[in-house]
Amino acid sequence: MRQYKMELSDEEKEILEGKHGEVMRKILESVVLYGEAFEAKRLIPIDGPVHLVTSFGLSGIETVFDMMDELIEAGVKAKAPFTVDPRPMDFENVECSDVQKKIFSVLYSNQARYEEQLRKLGLKNDNAFTCTCYMPQVGNVPKRGQVLSWAESSAVVYANSVIGARTNRTSGIIELLCGILGKVPEFGLVTDEGRRAKWLVEVKTSKLPNAQVLGSAIGMKVVEDVPYIVGLDKFLGKGLNSTTEDYLKDMGAASASNGAVGLYHVENITPEAIEQGRDLLVKDYKTYMIDDEEIERVIKSYPVLWKDLNAKPAKCFIGCPHLSKNQIYEWIEKVSHRLAKAGKDKVEIDTVLCAAPDVISDFKTDEEAYQKLIDMGLHLTYICPLMYMSNPECSKQPIITNSNKLRTYSTARFFLDDEVLDIIVTGIVQGGAGDE
Amino acid sequence: MSRTFKGRVVIGGNVTGESVVTHQGFNVLASYLKALGERSNTAICSDQNNKDIFGKDLAGKIICLPQTIGSTTGGMILQSVANLGIGPKAMLFSEHIDSLAAAGIILCEVWNQKTIVTIDQLGSEFLDYVKTGQQIEVKEYGTVIVM
Repeated sequence: MRQYKMELSDEEKEILEGKHGEVMRKILESVVLYGEAFEAKRLIPIDGPVHLVTSFGLSGIETVFDMMDELIEAGVKAKAPFTVDPRPMDFENVECSDVQKKIFSVLYSNQARYEEQLRKLGLKNDNAFTCTCYMPQVGNVPKRGQVLSWAESSAVVYANSVIGARTNRTSGIIELLCGILGKVPEFGLVTDEGRRAKWLVEVKTSKLPNAQVLGSAIGMKVVEDVPYIVGLDKFLGKGLNSTTEDYLKDMGAASASNGAVGLYHVENITPEAIEQGRDLLVKDYKTYMIDDEEIERVIKSYPVLWKDLNAKPAKCFIGCPHLSKNQIYEWIEKVSHRLAKAGKDKVEIDTVLCAAPDVISDFKTDEEAYQKLIDMGLHLTYICPLMYMSNPECSKQPIITNSNKLRTYSTARFFLDDEVLDIIVTGIVQGGAGDE
Repeated sequence: MSRTFKGRVVIGGNVTGESVVTHQGFNVLASYLKALGERSNTAICSDQNNKDIFGKDLAGKIICLPQTIGSTTGGMILQSVANLGIGPKAMLFSEHIDSLAAAGIILCEVWNQKTIVTIDQLGSEFLDYVKTGQQIEVKEYGTVIVM
């Protein structure tokens, strides 16, 4: 047996000696070595289901799928039914050309094989594909203080910050191995010390800043540190409600993708900030002030990767991370209002709203609202728009979005919500990053 | 004249090879995505946002970097390229290893018996000194000699 630095229980030592089979030995060895890379002293039990980041059967990573087969053949399974990130394709609701479809079929040639593997390893159900597993309709909703093994960065930052659960930004595959073991290494955001804030972020804007831009500004400044944000309660009120949760969902996803934030505290709003206040700040914290000027500076700093800045957009994606049910209703109202103002019935740009399959099913029970969405020319899908953009035939098109995560990881061009509304209704690009 | 640096051993081993240096975060998915699709014996870096290494062959090289960045799928991408025989020979981090890279090198080691010798915390001086194309010798206990 390899020499380990971590404190191990008798059972863990037995597993590492191979007494529980070769596959269990490899699972535990992987998790122990991973923990030791971050100076974890021991493993601690997890309290809730895993959320996996790998949802796609990408061609070229057959090694991973062979490893899944090895796990299945050994008869191991996650301790609790898990959820996973969104599926990559939905030709019914996201229009694709024949060439694009052909490339998708090659790019994700292992999709059916991988989904079957996920089912055998403990996937919750066939609807469990979303980055917002914590939506009540989806049901992977942790409780405050629970220790988790989650990987999707936008879900991790939400679980830690808004719910007050505890998970590191675990790497793909390792999160599944932890879910099978029912344990994670104790380090980072799982510990009290790791949850203390190294930054005081003072929001001093004249109105509530756009959540995606505020998150981006914070992420780019603090990178992977924990920020303690003050000044948002002035606009959002104290405590949590569904509007604030949606705002924090989008802000957090931007901070996690534009930086590597895994946890933030918001004064008078998020659970740990309400309980501990500024005691969460470390002694020698740094300060970052965000005013209207800083928000403008951040928006103008985004590079635009389009060849023709005035091109008519081929698509608009809204919902990265996936929309809540309330947000679908809000977008229907906003689009409806803007269309009425322009004297039109339908949008000019193919506009795709993305949400969890269970959220979509719930929303569709309101037949009138769903019909209104269809009548305005909007589409509703469960895919991950990032995976759509990983197809080179798709990414070369001019795509617009209100998501800072999608902007960061693809050629999609970022616009504020009001600008998005103007563009999808008129078909003309104006404003946004790179406008000068 | 050679220069010696000392870091922490994450995955130990003795190895010699040619360096490829990135001063910004190494985006694993963006760097290897094209190579994964091509299935050749090279791994031409496809990350257009990284001027240091874009277009360079990463297969069998010693990658010198601050940390890896990008999608949390990065670990399994690293595992996959290593198993295809186009992974790095070693990874030398100036900073503390990040979770994506840690997952990748550990999954390779445990599940595919492919060792990517990995040393971290070599310091910013290391990354300032080393240049792409230099010969590097890595020794068992975390000593890195840039020749």
